Amino acid sequence: MKRQTILCTIKSRFLASLGMRNLIASALVVSTMGTGGAPLIKAQVTGQRLLDSAKEPQNWLMYSGDYAGRRFSALDQIKTSNAAMLVPKWVYQTMAGGKFETTPLVVDGILYGTGQDNRAFALDARSGRPIWQYQRALAADIRPCCGRVNRGLAILGDKVFLGTLDAHVIALDAKTGSVVWDVTAVDYRQGYSITLAPLAIKNLVLIGVSGGEYGIRGFIDAYDAGTGERKWRFYTVPGPGEPGHETWEGESWKIGGAPAWITGTYDPATNTTFWTTGNPSPSNRGEGRAGDNLYSNSLLALEPETGKLKWYFQFSKHDEHDYDATQVPVLVDQGERHLIVQANRNGFFYVIDRNNGKLLFANAFAKVTWSDSKDASGAPIARKDASPTLEGNRVCPGAAGATNWMSPTYDPQTQLFYVTAREQCDVFSTAPQAYEAGHAYYGSAYFPNDDAEPFTGALRAIDPNTGKMKWEWKHPSPTWSGVLSTAGGLIFTGDAEGNFIALEAASGRALWHFQCGASVYSSPMSFAIDGKQYVAVAAGSALFSFALP
Amino acid sequence: MSIPRTKFWRDKFCGRERNLPFLFACAALVACAGAVVALRAQDKNPFAGDPRAAKVGESQFRANCAFCHGLGARGGGRGPDLTRAQKRHGNSDADLFRTINEGVPGTAMPPNGATQQGVGMTEEEIWQVISYIRSVQAKAPAQIVGNVAHGKELFYGSAACSTCHMIQGKGGRLGPDLSTTGSARSTDYLVESVRNPSRRLAQGISEAMKEFSQEYETVTAVTADRTKYVGVVLNEDHFTVQMMDTREQLHLFEKNKLRSLEKSRESLMPAYDQKTLSDKDLQDVIAYLLAVGGQ
Repeated sequence: MKRQTILCTIKSRFLASLGMRNLIASALVVSTMGTGGAPLIKAQVTGQRLLDSAKEPQNWLMYSGDYAGRRFSALDQIKTSNAAMLVPKWVYQTMAGGKFETTPLVVDGILYGTGQDNRAFALDARSGRPIWQYQRALAADIRPCCGRVNRGLAILGDKVFLGTLDAHVIALDAKTGSVVWDVTAVDYRQGYSITLAPLAIKNLVLIGVSGGEYGIRGFIDAYDAGTGERKWRFYTVPGPGEPGHETWEGESWKIGGAPAWITGTYDPATNTTFWTTGNPSPSNRGEGRAGDNLYSNSLLALEPETGKLKWYFQFSKHDEHDYDATQVPVLVDQGERHLIVQANRNGFFYVIDRNNGKLLFANAFAKVTWSDSKDASGAPIARKDASPTLEGNRVCPGAAGATNWMSPTYDPQTQLFYVTAREQCDVFSTAPQAYEAGHAYYGSAYFPNDDAEPFTGALRAIDPNTGKMKWEWKHPSPTWSGVLSTAGGLIFTGDAEGNFIALEAASGRALWHFQCGASVYSSPMSFAIDGKQYVAVAAGSALFSFALP
Repeated sequence: MSIPRTKFWRDKFCGRERNLPFLFACAALVACAGAVVALRAQDKNPFAGDPRAAKVGESQFRANCAFCHGLGARGGGRGPDLTRAQKRHGNSDADLFRTINEGVPGTAMPPNGATQQGVGMTEEEIWQVISYIRSVQAKAPAQIVGNVAHGKELFYGSAACSTCHMIQGKGGRLGPDLSTTGSARSTDYLVESVRNPSRRLAQGISEAMKEFSQEYETVTAVTADRTKYVGVVLNEDHFTVQMMDTREQLHLFEKNKLRSLEKSRESLMPAYDQKTLSDKDLQDVIAYLLAVGGQ
């Protein structure tokens, strides 16, 4: 009875408070809440609910908000006319050090997030009070390359799924945080770890690995959500006899890297899941791995049931600059055009036909010196003299890239793509290095350019039709914050100086900001409860939520 | 160090359980933890003098340390020259291990594995890096070339360094405190900083989690009532700026309330050419910085 009362309140407040635009969507939510009698809280997140995520804009059901990877919220209670009134509602502290990269999920009033050192937690999304907390006991000799980080969970049925720094995949009971199953994806001692949020499709949990700094052989796995049984593995470096194997010199494929460390996307219309891969190993030394090094730095179109490769597109062939393509591949539909859009770490903005993987065009969205020409298809080609040298060779973008894992957003209302750009060049040096299992394997060093040029950054709004920039918001220094767009005509992002900022999506005008006290290393999201829209972002050791007063 | 860590493990895993097999497991675990602690607390490099370890350590150094300390460990814009025999935060193997593993509080030196650059190193790898540093460092502390006493006279006298710089609590506030600069920067860097201070601006505040330190940029702010302040940026974000003017007054501004705000990468510090400060006198000033920094 109590639950029903609460839900009725939620229902009516929700309808009353959301803008006209979302009335239809809200009505749909209500209609699925129960049939005939009083509605019930939906305990189960079915595969169908994930497919229909647009029907429940109050929830944030997966890492990028929807299967298209748009990081767009259809909620419009917070809008350009009232964003200046946003205030913090609650703060959840992990009290852990290091980068806090999570994008939480919200399902029916409960927020599910992850923290440093493989923490996971469920909060009352209204109050920020924890319902359960989990932390994995990690061995002392794990091999996370770039911090003891995690970017979030996937949810399906009554479980949430976590990839761990010791390369396990774990299912936790969504109500208690108890471990339901725990499988070893691979031996972490070889240099593997998992930092991404998994992607749930149908009854499967898809996940990829990190380890491009350790000479791993990358792969993407699918696990049965109920049992943890592995259903398939797609090696991102083809073995002997497989197509693409010939793009590796000698035995180099065995330690070829190509990790898949950012969450993929999914197109139900063609039943295709899209994943991206990282650098070949060693990242800054091409000697010994002659060839294109497939499928490093690539976009992969896979059949979700089998892991069968439908097509691929490689962004940076035979990469020597650590230009991982691990940026969320965003699905954009514009009329009859079905596109994949990616602003790549290598500094180019790519628009690709997602039916066949054909490049439509690539435009630089940040300073680029590694390429000064394009092939017949329009794909950028590396300059011969851009390779790292023993003494060092200055190349733009630098090792951290023109952008990185921080999520971009596509706003279907403005039809613009918004991405965090980093303007930083580095001096790339290379030196021979013997591979030793489980040890860092770069073959390189890189350090900032020595020419007094300050590093900066910007949030850039790009038109996917033309690749041209519509506006930019300048950051004083490069940031690792992702971007959220909302139906209220807003863009939310963070900066390295600790500000969380709301901008007008159409113009880039700042409407509001809040000083979080530490750099933002995460991508924001939005949800609603009791008819109140919230925006949440992780910064420092804390997860912040904001709403109108 | 070692005792709290062992106790932590024991409390965490063995605190409440009382059944016998578990106690045995606990005993084993504590023994293992003890072994780890023994390795951690080891004060001698197990690879000392091993040229192969130094070679492997060089790869680790390039991936993890060169970003700040430069190729060949000779120091970069951010990190000190490690080829000097004397290390500011301790010279023994144990000191170096601690510095690398735990970082140096209050400086830009982070704990192992906590940076954007490079990966976390294993203990073995840290020792290999130490082997590498030992292989490239000078055998004996360099004799300070130059006249320290005369350098001090110049610093507080005719060269007027102390107008803007403080050493051990004495001097100006507008420029960086130079008490430890002698040990934290290479001599080349110090020479460049005096002869051409705008080429690489000195670094100021480093915020936890922020990738890049604030630099000593020159700033000119004009307030709504047309008062003009010239000085250095202490910190800045998109919306605010915190500055010190040339009269050592702090000003904390919201940018959108200013009439104008201009920043320049032309340092407020004058470039000291040969006429202002001869090579010999510069050598003496640096000798003073090195002498103070080594204390």
